[in-house]
Amino acid sequence: MTQLTFARAINAGLRKSLENDSKVVLLGEDIGALGGVFRVTDGLQKDFGKHRVVDTPLAESAIVGTAVGLAYRGYRPVVEIQFDGFIYPAFDQIVSQVAKLHYRTRGAVRMPITIRVPFGGGIGSPEHHSESPEAYFTHTSGLRVVTVANPQDAYTVIQQAIACDDPVLYFEPKRRYHDKGEVDESMDPRSALPMDKARVLTDGSDVTLVAYGPLVKTALDAASAAADEGISIEVIDLRSLAPVDYEPVVASVRKTGRLVVTHEAAQSGGLGAEVAASITERCFYHLEAAPVRVTGFDIPYPYSKLEMHHLPGLDRILDGVDRALGRPNSLSGLEG
Amino acid sequence: MSTDETGPGGAKTPESTKTPGEAGPDLLQLITPSGERISHPEFDFWVRDITDDQLCSLFEDMTVIRRIDVEATALQRQGELALWPPLLGQEAAQIGSGRALRADDFVFSSYRENGVAYCRGVDLTDLLRVWRGNASGGWDPYSINMATPQIIIGAQTLHATGYAMGIQNDGADAVAVTYFGDGATSEGDLNEAMVFAASFQAPVVFFCTNNHWAISEPVRLQTHIQLADRATGFGIPSLRVDGNDVLAVMAATRLALDRARRGGGPTFIEAVSYRMGPHTTADDPTRYRDANELEDWAAKDPISRLAGLLDRKGILSAELQQQVKDKADAVASEMRRGCTTMPDPQPMDIFKHVYSTPNSWLERQQEHYARYLASFGDPDGAVSKEGAR
Repeated sequence: MTQLTFARAINAGLRKSLENDSKVVLLGEDIGALGGVFRVTDGLQKDFGKHRVVDTPLAESAIVGTAVGLAYRGYRPVVEIQFDGFIYPAFDQIVSQVAKLHYRTRGAVRMPITIRVPFGGGIGSPEHHSESPEAYFTHTSGLRVVTVANPQDAYTVIQQAIACDDPVLYFEPKRRYHDKGEVDESMDPRSALPMDKARVLTDGSDVTLVAYGPLVKTALDAASAAADEGISIEVIDLRSLAPVDYEPVVASVRKTGRLVVTHEAAQSGGLGAEVAASITERCFYHLEAAPVRVTGFDIPYPYSKLEMHHLPGLDRILDGVDRALGRPNSLSGLEG
Repeated sequence: MSTDETGPGGAKTPESTKTPGEAGPDLLQLITPSGERISHPEFDFWVRDITDDQLCSLFEDMTVIRRIDVEATALQRQGELALWPPLLGQEAAQIGSGRALRADDFVFSSYRENGVAYCRGVDLTDLLRVWRGNASGGWDPYSINMATPQIIIGAQTLHATGYAMGIQNDGADAVAVTYFGDGATSEGDLNEAMVFAASFQAPVVFFCTNNHWAISEPVRLQTHIQLADRATGFGIPSLRVDGNDVLAVMAATRLALDRARRGGGPTFIEAVSYRMGPHTTADDPTRYRDANELEDWAAKDPISRLAGLLDRKGILSAELQQQVKDKADAVASEMRRGCTTMPDPQPMDIFKHVYSTPNSWLERQQEHYARYLASFGDPDGAVSKEGAR
């Protein structure tokens, strides 16, 4: 076991993948000598060469589009999109090409492409640097979408994503890059929890709290604060956003009867809506209250001085928990 | 906004006085429209091995692909195909370049390069699968080293460039060749592909068939300079060839392939041709183009031109013509048979190949739909002509 930051854990996972499979190549802007703007690829070009860790011209559609061509040639490209808000120029290549080529070729051509996306807010950046675009991609069939919430998962899931024969969007919670955690680098990703499985983090009996990525830590903090008030929260780290692993969520809600989902992304049409609808379909007769969403607002990501109003924090999550429990909360007295 | 007479800012620019794509002194030609073989100090070299027999074989391929095109258009009119994108008039561009390729080269084309697919040895039934609505892709790309044709304009140029980067990494001397039209030159993807190809000196050939029309939009709407001149700005050498001259196209393609194989990087070829038919069978060109223009281009027909050359050489015998016609008819009837006997896809096929690994979301939907279909007793009975009940 070693103590690694999130960023170093991803770096170690990328290094392992580069070592284990000569077909793995990294593409992105500033990922070479600089090691990426977040230093996630630090040292990799030096050790694996310019042909395997490729600094590309500044064109996101081309970064993903050339990855498609490399995949056609039998490579396993790992693409870095520098910031969440920079992914949109590559949208067509991701949605119309990466996601659909396996289907279009009736299974003849595989697209084992990993698209790494630092996402989410909380770092005081100007616009386009703090977005949560995951729902665009969870809505696109043919893609797998995963997030990680601790350095150990960051290390193993990146390797699982690269080894996966389907395209994977790997969302990295950028405000947690410097958080440290224990990482067992000897862990074989093939024997670790698969990337498409959710993980129950705390055992609870009153409310099921579903989170992913950067808000998992906030959710855990909320659970321990609630415990002080005698409220028992079961926190689930969703990990995979497409597909969502509903089994543990269903089991939990059947036990607690109450569901709170939280994410930084805007509420309408977001993943929380999908989780709430699916759990309602599957657990309707076990629910004691309507599912509650605690999310970012339906606004462009705000300027940094006010971003903490947009981001669900511990108190807003607890307010949502109170709503699920029918306790006095900010919306008490409002109907619907 | 009129783009006919004036350049940006309203000033009349020298470029805007000529229509991009018109024949001129900068157009490589080895066979004149009347079928005269003219010598070229540089490019004769690239077709020096082409014997009379090979000329006859090129003539056959061009005739066959035109016949395929006519047959497919007829199949669409008869309701056997939902749609077809004709290539009438572009036979030389496709056969001349397609025949220049090696088996280990890899093609990334648009939906109109059916002649190139023919050169790659495509199964004729596979050629029609998509257009009949039976599948989203026709052939296994690895079986003929040609990607599933691209519908999104220009997107395939990036795939070719990435594939070429892979060739480079492998230390191989194959080449990726991407086909696209004049309309695609306005797309960001092609421009980004040229940036990447130039930057990495990737072994890729950009083959632009300037057929003068992007559905209803004339090439002068896309550019006020020759398309071949665009590549120069990216640091990519370019060639402008008579796209209705099969030898000129072959010579240019061979030169570009050779450069790529030797590590000389990308080349851009503008093959100047003309889309004699509609964009697709759903299009009506009489709404937007002048019949006179069609007549001018009919006089430059690629097949008549090669026939003219064969005639001058005294090898256009009645026997050859009959033989070629028989071959074309045989191919057309084989294709028709393949089309009309193609088994219909089954309802549950829509769930296949979305992922290559199990996916819990999809498995659940698939299972639910299978139960729904089974609730009718006969799974096929659940889908009427109008669709699912």
